[in-house]
Amino acid sequence: MVPTGLVLAVSGLLFTLGVIGVLIRRSALVIFMSIEIMLNAANLAFVTLSRAHAGMDGQIFAFFVMAVAAAEAAVGLAIIVAVFKRRHSTDVDQMALLKW
Amino acid sequence: MTEGLFYLTAFVAVMTAAVVILHRNPVVESLALALHLCSIAFFFVLLSAPFAAMIQIILYAGAIMVLFLFVVMLLDPGGEGKAGKVGRAQLYATILGAFALLAALFPVLAGYEPTLPETPAGYGGVESIGTLLFTEYLFPFEAASILLLAAMIGALYLAKREID
Repeated sequence: MVPTGLVLAVSGLLFTLGVIGVLIRRSALVIFMSIEIMLNAANLAFVTLSRAHAGMDGQIFAFFVMAVAAAEAAVGLAIIVAVFKRRHSTDVDQMALLKW
Repeated sequence: MTEGLFYLTAFVAVMTAAVVILHRNPVVESLALALHLCSIAFFFVLLSAPFAAMIQIILYAGAIMVLFLFVVMLLDPGGEGKAGKVGRAQLYATILGAFALLAALFPVLAGYEPTLPETPAGYGGVESIGTLLFTEYLFPFEAASILLLAAMIGALYLAKREID
């Protein structure tokens, strides 16, 4: 028997680790990985609550989150490669093209 | 038995996530992220969601991680040099994140422990998920397919402009 509350706690902990990763790292690639960690934490919470209610809607939502994550990874990594070709760096502090 | 597996999986998941955000070598970080995604898949198995676990391994740990590792090795961004300085805004935002964690932990602190209901036969399997996907969730399914098409065209455009 898996303890529901504890799985939700692990999910919250993983989400917070992802947030901290986005905030303290400056490499765009690592920021992307942290975003994946956050998406996975949300998926874990979805599946856990879906199990706690014996429904399958949470699993369907996790499926859609994965589809969005796949699209995001494809476009995001293409952007990173394009920026790297121009600037030879993935440091987000140097990307201020759209800053006011 | 299941509890022991759960604690082991939780330990692996949290440790690999910490490696991803703290290590300085991007290749090590990518491989740690792959292990992290596999541990999440193991959580899904424990939560009787075999289809989600399968998709997690095939799509995330397989496809997306290969893409990440490919880009890391293509660019070879190296370490970030000196440890990134943590500004005031980052500090405040981290504190905010800690509060978010506290809010997420609230169910445990408040003793939220529902009795798990019995699951019907075929729960979380391919057939039941597919039936639900093509009846009740047909519109979001089509929207997801259009999103993936748009992402594919966008990625192609970004890659092609570099060649021209």
